[in-house]
Amino acid sequence: MGELKPTTTSILEPGQQSGFATTKFEALLAWAQKYSLFMNPFVTACCGMEFMAVSSPRYDFSRFGSEAPRFSPRQSDLLWVVGTIVQRQAPILKRIYEQMAEPKWVLAFGTCASSGGFYDNYACVAGIDKIIPCDVYVPGCPPRPEAVLDGLMLLQDKIQRGDRTPGIVKPRIDPVQAPDTALVQLRRSRSSAPPAGIKP
Amino acid sequence: MSQALIELVKQSFPDAVLESHSQLGDDTLVLAPGRWKEVCRFLKDHEQSSMNMLIDLTAVDFPNREPRFEVVAHLYSLDRGHRLRLKTRVGDRDGETVELDTIADLWGSANWLERECYDLFGVTFVGHPDLRRILLYPEFDGHPLRKDYPAERIQPLLQYRDEPNINKVAPFGPDEGMPFGRQTHKFGIEGEDDHLAPRPRVITPADN
Repeated sequence: MGELKPTTTSILEPGQQSGFATTKFEALLAWAQKYSLFMNPFVTACCGMEFMAVSSPRYDFSRFGSEAPRFSPRQSDLLWVVGTIVQRQAPILKRIYEQMAEPKWVLAFGTCASSGGFYDNYACVAGIDKIIPCDVYVPGCPPRPEAVLDGLMLLQDKIQRGDRTPGIVKPRIDPVQAPDTALVQLRRSRSSAPPAGIKP
Repeated sequence: MSQALIELVKQSFPDAVLESHSQLGDDTLVLAPGRWKEVCRFLKDHEQSSMNMLIDLTAVDFPNREPRFEVVAHLYSLDRGHRLRLKTRVGDRDGETVELDTIADLWGSANWLERECYDLFGVTFVGHPDLRRILLYPEFDGHPLRKDYPAERIQPLLQYRDEPNINKVAPFGPDEGMPFGRQTHKFGIEGEDDHLAPRPRVITPADN
């Protein structure tokens, strides 16, 4: 991921009542695409509650142009995979993805969709990227609505840049940058002492 | 509360009750597996017990015991408000033949509970009307809640994508700028011996 570079060059003289703007066709198309994401929520687990919170008026991702939910994959551009995907469900998810028309994007909502989370077992897929290509990962169990909005804006940024490499939403407070947080201290104390009662 | 019930069963089936205990109001009977259904039917029909609801039926795997599996059923009487836990011990040490009579014809809820128990533990309920997997897919090999099922063995129904580093799990960890790594642990069973040696694993996250 790089810095956001301006791809549109608009020439609009200050003070003019009318004017014109020049841009590249790809940039204009990407601009249109990133603000008209029709979404297909594939909600399987508890992250769905947080998805509802993001879509409801308090956080409201309609503000970002991701307004219309389409419950047919054939009409949608953005597949939200919200929740745990088990092995039995994997063919269904793949089929939904294949039914979507190009161009299409996938957002992994929450730790389970991103990596399987703590469901590291016989039943679950360790991340939807094992099955379908994934554009944005939003970690969190469940992620805060702010993180989801960060993920959506990251995706829009990637659409504008034409970037298809996977992006990960970083925490707003990076524990690496802020080493005195309680989380880091907890992690250090745990990693120094091996858990009791477990054979190596 | 149900201690009178335990006495009743003990008097009616002196050779079927292997042991019984009561702990903080939880009363338990351990039955001989051959008399399982008989005692269940008695508990359901007898006026004094009148167990008209089967709350739960599951199993526990004790890999170093013989018989290996303990099937547990929880009964409740809606009429009289008392509960009873029934246990029985079935199965050889290999886990090849684990058989118990079905009680699905006594309580309807036992139908799916026994299917779940068969699915996850491999306990075969003899006489069950429709004994097939309920949670996992039919292609699944083995019974995952048995202690000798390797913790990291997965059986994907769908071929994973043909990409480099596909077994890597996201978020990709501290090396790539994310503080969220994923740790893998190996667990062992106390007193583990050869017959429980894990079968070859398929794909693990540790293969990165």
